[in-house]
Parts: sequence; structure tokens; C-alpha cells
Amino acid sequence: MPLRKDLKSILLIGSGPIVIGQACEFDYSGTQAVKALREEGLRLILVNSNPATIMTDPELADRTYIEPMTAEAVAKIIERERPDALLPTVGGQTALNLAIELAESGVLDRFGVELIGAKLDAIKKAEDRDLFKRAMIKIGLEVPASEVVHSEAEAARACERLGLPLIIRPSRTLGGTGGSIARDAGEFRARVRWGLEMSPNHEVLLEESVEGWKEFELEVMRDMADNVVIICSIENLDPMGVHTGDSITVAPAQTLTDKEYQLMRDAALRIIREIGVDTGGSNIQFAIDPATGRMVVIEMNPRVSRSSALASKATGFPIAKIAARLAVGYRLDEIPNDITKKTPACFEPTIDYVVTKIPRFTFEKFRGADDELGPQMKSVGEVMAIGRTFKESLQKALRSLELGSFGFESRVLGMTREQAFAAIHARLVVPNSHRLYYVADALRLGASPAEVHRLTKIDPWFIDAIADIVRAEARISGEPLAPGALREAKAMGFSDRRIADLRGVAEEEVARRRREFGVTPVYKSVDTCGAEFEAFTPYLYSTYEGEDEAPPDARRKIMILGGGPNRIGQGIEFDYCCVHASLALKEAGFETIMVNCNPETVSTDYDISDRLYFEPLTFEDVLAIVEREKPFGVIVQFGGQTPLKLATALARAGVPVLGTPPDAIDRAEDRERFNQLVEQLGLRQPRGILARSAAEAIDGAARIGYPVLIRPSYVLGGRAMEIIADENGLRAYLEQALQASERRPLLVDRYLAGAIEVDVDAIADGERVVIGGVMEHVEHAGIHSGDSACALPPRTLDAATQRSLIEQTRMLARKLGVVGLINVQYAIFNGEIYILEVNPRASRTIPFVSKAIGVPLAKLAARVMAGAKLADFGFTSERVPRHVAVKESVFPFVRFPGVDTILGPEMKSTGEVMGIGESFAAAFAKAEIAASTNLPAAGLVFISVRDADKPALEPIARGLAEMGFRMVATRGTARHLNQLGIACDSVNKVGQGSPHIVDLMRAGEVAMVINTPDQQGAADSFSIRRTALETRLPFFTTLSGAGAAVEAIAALKRERPGVRALQDYHTA
Amino acid sequence: MNEAREAILALADGRIFRGRAFGAIGETAGEAVFNTSMTGYQEVLTDPSYKGQIVCMTYPEIGNVGVNPDDEESSRIYVEGFVVREYLERPSNWRARMTLGEYLERAGVIGIEGIDTRALVRHLRSAGAQEAVISSVNLDPDALVAKARTAPGLIGRDLVKEVTCERPYDWDSGPWRRESGFVRPSAAELAAAPAVVALDYGIKRNILRRLVATGFRVSVLPARATAEQVLALNPDGVFLSNGPADPAAVPYAIETVRGLLGKKPIFGICLGHQILGLALGGRTFKLGFGHHGANHPVMDLRTRRVEITSQNHGFAVDADSLQGKAELSHLNLNDHTVEGLRGIGAPFFSVQYHPEASPGPHDSDYLFGRFRRLVEEFPRHGAEALDRITAAEQSA
Repeated sequence: MPLRKDLKSILLIGSGPIVIGQACEFDYSGTQAVKALREEGLRLILVNSNPATIMTDPELADRTYIEPMTAEAVAKIIERERPDALLPTVGGQTALNLAIELAESGVLDRFGVELIGAKLDAIKKAEDRDLFKRAMIKIGLEVPASEVVHSEAEAARACERLGLPLIIRPSRTLGGTGGSIARDAGEFRARVRWGLEMSPNHEVLLEESVEGWKEFELEVMRDMADNVVIICSIENLDPMGVHTGDSITVAPAQTLTDKEYQLMRDAALRIIREIGVDTGGSNIQFAIDPATGRMVVIEMNPRVSRSSALASKATGFPIAKIAARLAVGYRLDEIPNDITKKTPACFEPTIDYVVTKIPRFTFEKFRGADDELGPQMKSVGEVMAIGRTFKESLQKALRSLELGSFGFESRVLGMTREQAFAAIHARLVVPNSHRLYYVADALRLGASPAEVHRLTKIDPWFIDAIADIVRAEARISGEPLAPGALREAKAMGFSDRRIADLRGVAEEEVARRRREFGVTPVYKSVDTCGAEFEAFTPYLYSTYEGEDEAPPDARRKIMILGGGPNRIGQGIEFDYCCVHASLALKEAGFETIMVNCNPETVSTDYDISDRLYFEPLTFEDVLAIVEREKPFGVIVQFGGQTPLKLATALARAGVPVLGTPPDAIDRAEDRERFNQLVEQLGLRQPRGILARSAAEAIDGAARIGYPVLIRPSYVLGGRAMEIIADENGLRAYLEQALQASERRPLLVDRYLAGAIEVDVDAIADGERVVIGGVMEHVEHAGIHSGDSACALPPRTLDAATQRSLIEQTRMLARKLGVVGLINVQYAIFNGEIYILEVNPRASRTIPFVSKAIGVPLAKLAARVMAGAKLADFGFTSERVPRHVAVKESVFPFVRFPGVDTILGPEMKSTGEVMGIGESFAAAFAKAEIAASTNLPAAGLVFISVRDADKPALEPIARGLAEMGFRMVATRGTARHLNQLGIACDSVNKVGQGSPHIVDLMRAGEVAMVINTPDQQGAADSFSIRRTALETRLPFFTTLSGAGAAVEAIAALKRERPGVRALQDYHTA
Repeated sequence: MNEAREAILALADGRIFRGRAFGAIGETAGEAVFNTSMTGYQEVLTDPSYKGQIVCMTYPEIGNVGVNPDDEESSRIYVEGFVVREYLERPSNWRARMTLGEYLERAGVIGIEGIDTRALVRHLRSAGAQEAVISSVNLDPDALVAKARTAPGLIGRDLVKEVTCERPYDWDSGPWRRESGFVRPSAAELAAAPAVVALDYGIKRNILRRLVATGFRVSVLPARATAEQVLALNPDGVFLSNGPADPAAVPYAIETVRGLLGKKPIFGICLGHQILGLALGGRTFKLGFGHHGANHPVMDLRTRRVEITSQNHGFAVDADSLQGKAELSHLNLNDHTVEGLRGIGAPFFSVQYHPEASPGPHDSDYLFGRFRRLVEEFPRHGAEALDRITAAEQSA
């Protein structure tokens, strides 16, 4: 059964903005699917609202729609493009939910669109908790006892039958949103209510808790001829109770005998057949009672998933690519294995190394969020490491996280034994993001592995491995560093830095000894087959063993350092840039080498670069690759702060860094050097000082005048950046914030309240500087640029200001000697332009700008860095689009109960969407819809603004009144509006007693919330914002945002937005 | 970690790997092969087909689940030596009863760990499976290479006689259940079941268990049993088992099978399949490095369905040599070697791989059911029985 002849065009749905639970793994899977299907000669239509994706590059699909991921928009695309089929299984839960909606509403039938990959029945059977449970029982498999409920009353009755503790799992939510464990009646009531609210169909499964059981996953593939294979088994180090996305996981499974593994495999085959997933990949989760081996089925995802991306990278078997081919008719045995070329894809990969995945968390970004882990996913990214043993891969994974950890550093240094035991005990019992370090500490203090197992329920096998590492640490710190001992330590995954710390010497000293002894890494291939067949794809990892099987060749090569794990402030945008660099340089005839450790990414697809090194992005690991490959140049500009932080050290070690010299990066980042630069150019920046001590900061702030903006230098995403109103606030900040910066000095600047913020991206080749785009932020200065919406071209700036911004950008680029990309952030305050910061590197907005103007900036920049000129590509002047493009951010607040939603100078968004329209209002409306902000057409708007915002409120309130909205406000705001002659009722604040505003919101009477609190009022109005968030009400915490929303509502009332392909914007 | 004792693996072509000893201390020789299954090292160790071979596991972490009494495929360890990247001396599994190291030590089997097993596998892949020596008592590489060069090799060597049972016995233990271990059929069930004679060339226990699970009453005969001895028991079917080394080296077994062809329904696995091929007048040959693993794709050429199979063989049947004598029923999709034969107008079939799995996937278990149907249909339909069954299977 080769390619189906009746299919000519396929609609593929992406996964939208990056959110917790749905990161760039779906750009990886979607991109693979698009490429594979186009190779088959099919016409591909793609929809995804996220511009920072490779899949939305206009040359990838035939028709690319950056449009909201709503049934309304997709129906319009279907009507226009008339695809034969819809592939919903490579775009995560978002795509699957959208496909269900389109199928159930009859859109697919109306236009004759076939669902391929998984039919509606199969999707429902897998996704609907009750149907799934019944299906499992039918085929003789065990599931935890459970009941599905749709109301609190039903839940209470079910709880009586099932007994506590219970796991609460809302239906059809992403990454377990709304999921929790309830241990007592109070928790149960609150958590069931929350779960019901989170579920789009108000359905919750109450499930017997199997907390502490061993958790496993199998990645399964099936073709239309019913051939089924297992691609990978995964064992979770964290036992049941922690969401698998938040668990440390290991591939393959480590603690199953063949008999037990085969029972699980048999179950997986039965499940995929019973659920009826026709073709493609599915992920099935199992729990096993460690005492008896009793196995229960937890759940199934009838689509490619985060785990399948991990499994693809872990085995070299490209699940999404194969799944796409299977969906259009191929059988597994008709598809060749890319890596071996001679054998078919119809087999089960076998691996001869161990893969460890560790999630990356950013709890530090969300004050008030605890770092306890449970059934709801909280991590924002992950790293994967490959080693020949578990110990090696685990230690490589730890340093890949870039959390300043290079091994199992103690977390209880400086504590007394009693304090340490107390801290360790607390951190072992409740799962949390640092638990593994405390496991090591417990063992170090003499706890037995059995005791650690009793407290953590982590399988003793993993604890024993950590115990081996701890024992090795003692040898490393206590014995002379002989060649054999050093080799043994390196083979166990110890970094030079960790060895140096243990011995109290400098890292360079360990590196030097290592070279003297000839203890250097070798590189081995990921080949799907345990070396049984020859591998043709250089997908490599390091280890310390005898044979290096991938000696470098002598071609001219360029090495690109990736961005490491996704985190807030550094996500998919940088991977997008790295991928573009690799593609462009390959085209230019270079051999490209990618180094990265993030399994979710497109850059770690072995198809992208000539060589892929799946390695930690630390100085040691990167230098080892440079030393063997001897590249013509290394690109550090594209992967965000991760490679940038290495730039100076690499340059010092003689590594040829391409493009903008590392010294220019330092000049832009180092406050004093930067001040000199701005002064030399005669430009303006907010008054500021560099403080090396608390006293200097307090003194400086007094001279600058409050409010001040304060942050550590060299940080990403505005980490620990705050606006401080007065000296008391400053003292409080200084007490706790110094730790985020690794002893770096603090920057204290005048805060330009109410200023308009502008981002400019440009590209320079050493001769010419060409503007990529000028973006005006919707929110005023003070909100992190990564969190604010922005418009391209600018919405309110006059021509003279724009000219001046462009001129200043050119001056800065020239003065710094930029070769490649540069991003400058400006504030416009009382008609004057102030420079806020200069980033001589790829910025977060590069993919957005590239798509808005139709020029692949990252590709051009990579070529320029390798020596080409912009004139070679005919890109010599700015392209100002005729349409308006708006970028809007999406936030993870809903995952963190107790966290406020107010925006500030510290970045909190996880992803972005893009809206394109004829006007700002139309584009902003689309962007809001794409960000799941349901702008209302009528109803009651609640308003409560701080005094400073009251003058600017009038046009917004009038606009709402004119469109027929009713308004209700807290007393001060209501009085203010009434005085202006605008009708507005007043309502109690929460503190003023019921019925208050939250009652009103909970009763469903409010359609939109505008709330701009001052610092004192923030606590009062916290419950308003949380309620808005949890009840999915559109809410705006800045007046500039609210004003834009009012414009957008007006635009939506005039006309519902249409859809238009990216290809039409740029060729028309 | 205890003070490790050094050990050396030396190959006949002069390649040396240095590692640490585990299991028993001493010296051993055999043909070095690699197995790519990530699970089931205990089953591998106790599979009689590995007689004469030193096995290297490609999966690097071995010992993780210990050993237990249920996972033995015979009464002892048959591999001549065991090679792993990292031996784990603290197992974690609810069924584990002993460490792997102890298990090897008690059986006097020599292991080596800490070598670059991937380099070894890549070498065997290109240079071919070859004789090797592991020693933890003599660390002179040259002497060990010389010993490896004089080791006997597998071609033309009858190892069946060393692994077959000494005298006939009946087997009545069935499939494994997590809760209760092995299931035994009742006396009444056994009495009503069709009788099969299994010729033991080194039979794995799970074959016997699958035969019982499929509803057979099983009697095992030693490899030297003659056709007359088999027929004297008047079984309803004959099963030809797996076993070690070169099929051409067991002429007595080939002779027996020739005497049974057409008279009784026959099902052969692995060495049994090769012996059947030779009995039909075909040829066998030695593969470069054999098939040893649990992930080999095999296509059933009639249904076009692909099975993921468990494999363990160094020799294969030459397809061309069987033209007109048997139909090629199954094909290996990796290297297109013969994986199964079916009688043309005769009631026999065989597979090169291991439908009993253990270790490995259960995809091919249906073959036991096919054998059971063949045995049932044969008395009524004789030579046509197999075609009737195949037709029924395909329409189902």
C-alpha cells in the first residue's frame, strides 16, 4: 500500500504558541511532517498562530496561514483551500482539540475533508476518560479505579465510593492543567472545582492514587496494514504522582525483566488496536506496583507528543516524519530507515547508550509559586543527555540544564547536621525540582539507599547509581588524580568543573591534567540499531571509551551553538535562528555542525545540519568539539544567552567566533563600557549607575530619583528586574535579589514611567546596516519587551522619530562593529529617545520580523557572518510592510496557583502569537484571539485603575460606552467616570464585603476586566485577576493594553477577521 | 566498587579489549557474537543455542534486574563467556533473587565488563563473528590471541550432542503469569490434548511452555532419536527445536527428519528449521555475524504482515537450494535471508526465528496455533491440510 492516490492536498494544524505542556517539540514534529509530505508531492496547507516556528517559514509549506487556532479561522482556511485531508496528530493537544471541534461541528463533512492519522472515534476513545477506561477493561487490562464526574455534587458522591487520596484529572487539557492530588476533604472540594473549571467540557476523572508506583511509557507506531512497533520504552525516575513532563525520565526502561517488558508491549499493541488509531505514533503510560509487578494503564495520547519527540531523539527514529508518511498510505516496511538506509523503518530501535531527560523549571520567575511537583505540569523546557551508562548521562544532563550546576553539588553546605537532615527530609518527601540533589546529600550524610527509597519512592536502581557517584566524589576529592582515576571519573560523567570543585582547584587545572594524560572524549553515533548496521547520519554524543567512530573530515565547516533548554526568556525563537543559520550556511557550501541538548527542537533533528552533536552547552563540552572539528568559525549569536555566555571564554581559548566580536558583546553588556559608547555617540540613555554593593545602590538611587529600574547585569528575560518606588522597596529587593546574578553588579536606572517602548532589529555586514523592523510596544516601558505586545510598523510614532530611531541603530551597529544581527530597545519619553539596551545578537523578535517583512533575517545574518555582504542578497534597504503585524505574548499563570498576573520588567511569558491585518486594530484583534483572549462584543466591563491611570481612562471608557458596553467599577474609578458623564455602576472591592466584584465574576456576569493596580492596591485586587484568569475572562492590567483591546473590539464589531496566507502577503 | 580484577578479551584476528572480570574467574573460549536485545539477558545466558559462543550484549547496563528462577530457558547457563559494558551488582526488580555476578560465578561462567562493547560490535560487524578468548588469569594478549586462533569454531561442529537431553521426558508446564508463575494444565486437559514429540537439539523451555499453552501434550526426545522411534510413539505432530552451531554437523537429525517428512505434521524453529531445510535437500551457510536480538522485522509473504521477531542464529538456509521443495514463507526485511519455509503439498512449516520469544516480542506466537490446527486437520485432509489452514487464516 504505497502513497494514496486520492490525496492531493493536506491541511496540517500546528500547536500554536509555546505554553507549558506544549513547547517546540510540535514545531519539530510538524516541520518533519510537512517536509515528508511535500517530498511525496502533496500540496501542504499549514496553520499555526506562532511565528517563531520553522514550520511557518513561507518556503516550507505551499500555503502558510499564521492565523488564530480557532475553529472559525480554520474553517475559513478549509473553505478557501479545500484540502482533501486534515492531519491532526502532529500538532499536540491543540491540533487534536481543534480537529474534534471541526469534525463535530460538521465543517469537515461539509467540505469533504477526511481526518487522517486518527479518526474522530479513535481520538474520542483515547481522550475521553470514561470511554478509555471502558475500552481497557474490555481488552482485559487493569486501570486504576476511577469515576468520571461533571459536577461537584457528583464528585462528592464518587469520593465516598472511591475514598481518598484521589487524583483529579480534568478532560482534554494540556499538560495536565487543573490536575492535582487531593488527600483530604477540604483539598478535594477545592481541587475538584478547579479541575471542572479547567476542563473545556467540564469533565473530571477521579482516580485511585497510585502515587509511588513505577511509571513507564511506550512509544508505539502503527500502519494501515496493522503492523505495530514499539519505538522506545521510557522509565520515569520520579515515580507516579509527578506529571511525566515534570519527571526525570530515562530511556530505555531500566528495571524490567523481559517477561515484564513484553507484558507491557503486548498491552500497548492491544491498546492501540482497540482504540483504533489507524496510523502514526501514540504514547501509552503504565504504572507498575514495585512490590508485586501489578500493571495498570494510565493513559494514552493518540498523537505524537513531547515523549515521542524525546523518543525520536533518544533512538534516532523520526516518529513524526514516519507518522506523516503512514497517514498518507505507506506501510512501515515500505519506508526506509534514514540512518541505516539499507533496513526498513518497520523494526524496533535498539540503543546501546542511556538517555536521561531532566525538565527545566522557572519557579524563580513566579513569586508565590512553590516548586512542588504533582500531576499538573510546571516545567517550561527540558534537556536530554546521552551517555554509555546511566551515571554518565545523568551527570551530563545536570550540567546541560545551565542552572549553575556541574554535578551533584551539595545543597546543604554550611548547615549543621541537624539542619541538613531536616532540609533533606523535607525535600525528599515531597517531589520538587531540586530533589535529586537532596538524594545525593542524604547519601553523602550516610543515609542508606533503602532509606532514601522509603522517603522518595524512587526506584533503588536510580538511588544506587547516585550512591556510586557520591562514592566516586569522595575518591576524587581524597585521592591523587592518576590517569586511571581521572578516566574513570570522566566515564562516569563528571565535568572538569565538578572535579575541580571537589579537589579545590581551578577548572583549567583539571582540563590541563586531562590533556596531559590523554583523557579526552570519543564520539559515538546514535544509529537506531546498536551498531548492528552501518550508520549514515552523523548524530553524535561524547563518552570516555576506546573508539571514536566519527573522525572529522577536512571540509570548511561552521559550528552553531544552540540555545539549550527552553526557559522563559529563551525559547523557540533562538532555535529558529540556529536552524536558519545551519540551512543558510549549508546552502552556501559550508559543512554545518550543530551543538545542542534540547530534545524538543528542530535544530536537534539530524536532518538539519551535516553533523549533530547532542551535547551539553558548557565550555568544556563545546571546546572538546571545537578541538576535534577545527571549524572555520563558531556562531554564538543565535542561541540566546547560552552560547553568548561562552563567547568570551571561547575566544580566549582561541576559538574563532564568527560575526560581531565577543568584545563588542561585552561592550554592550558591560555597563561602564556601554555608557562610554553612548556618550561618544552623543546619544541619550536613562540616568543610571552600576552598583557593586547595597550602599552604592541606595546612594545611587537617591541621586537618580525614584522610581528606579533595578536588575543584575548579564541576565536573560529580565530575571530579577524590578521597578522600585522608594528606598524601602529598594532595601527589600537588595536583601533577596543578589543571588540571581552570580555575584554580578546591579544596574540601577531611572524608570521612565509611561514611556513608549520600541524594539529595532537590524542586520549589519560591516559596511551596511539594514533595518529589519521597527516595533512599537503596546504596553509602556517597564513591562518586559518579551511580555508586551508590539506592532510592526509602529502604530503612533511619527516619521521623524522613526528616522531618528533608525539612525541611532545604525550608529550603534557601526560603532560596535556588528557583523550579523543587532537589537536595540528604546524608550520615547516626552518626545526624547532614550536607549534602554543594545543586544548585538539575534533577538527574540527575529522570527516575527522575518515573517512580517518576508525576509529571512537569520539566514542573511548567518551568511553575512561567514563573509557575504547584504548587497549579495539584494537586501540593502528596509522593507516596510503594507499590512500591520502584531505580536502578542501568552502566559503560564494558570499553572501557578497563588501567583499574580501583573506584568513587570521581569519576563513571564512562555510564547507568542502573531496577528496580521490591514490595520493595527484588525491585527491586534487577531493576535488577541490567537492568544485565547476572547474579546467580548457586548456585556459588562469591570474597571478598576490606579490614580495615575485615571486621566488616560476616559477615551477607553467612552469607546466602550459607544459600543454599548455597560461598565462597573470600584468606587473611586466609578466616581471618576461618573464625573466625566460616563455611566458606570459601582461594586464592592473584595475587602468591602459581599456582594463584591469576585462574586459578580464568579456568577458569570462580567465580560471583561480592566485592572491596573498600584503597588499598594495589588494585594487587594489579586483575587480579581486570579478569578479572571481561572474563569477565562479577558483581562488587561495596563491601560495601553486595554486601549488596544477597545480598538480591536470595534474592529471585530465591524467585520470578523478573514484569513490570508503568508505567501499572499509577500508576493502581492 | 571492589578492587576490580583485570580481564582481557582477545579476538582471533588480534584485536584486544581490556576490562574487568566479573562472574567466575578463569579463561574461556568461544565464537564472539553480539546480541542487540535490551532485555532478557538471563534468557540469553540459559539458551542452549549459545553453546560454543561468547555473547556480548549491545545494551550497556546489564545486571539491573538480577536473576530469578522463572527466567531460565534451560537448567543451566550455556554461553561460554559474557561481555558487557557495565555490570550492575545491585539489581532492582521485585522478582530478583540473586545478582547476575553470583549467578555466573556459581555456574563457573566467565564475564568481562568495562570494555567498549560498541567498538567490539562494530568490529564483529565488519570483520565477522570469530573465535575469542576471555581470560582473567592470563593477561598476556599474544598468548590469548594464539589461543583464540586455535579454538575449534562452529562450522562442522556438532554441539547438539552436548546440549540435548540424555533420555526422553514429558513436559507439562505452561505459560507464565505474573501472579502465579507457570500454569499447569489439569490431567484431564492433558489426556484430551493431541500429542507432540519435540526433538531436543537444545530446546528452550519457553517453546515447551508455548506448546503446552497451545493445548499439546508434549514428550521430549533426545536429538539422536530415529524416525522409527518417533513414529513408534505415534504422535499427532513432531516439533523440531532450536539448538546450537552448524545444522550440517548433525546428519543423524537430518536423517530422522527425512524419515518423518510427509508422515507427520512438522513444525521447526531455528536449528530445527535448518535441519528441515537440509532434510529437504537444501543447503545452509554461515552468516557474517548472525542474527541475535529481539527487533528483526520478518514479513509473512502471504499476508504481507510484518512481525518483530526474536532471533538467534549464525547459519541460514539458502533460498535457491529449496526451489520446488518448499515455499519461502517468511523473509527477513533487513538482509532478505530466509526466515520461514512451508511445505508444498506436505504438512510441514518452519521458521528461522523464535516465535516462543523469551526474550523478545510475542508477535509470532500465532505459529503455535497454526501448528495446532495443522495437527488437527492432518488426519482428515493429509497433504492438503496446510493449504486449507493457510487459506482460512488469510480469509480471517
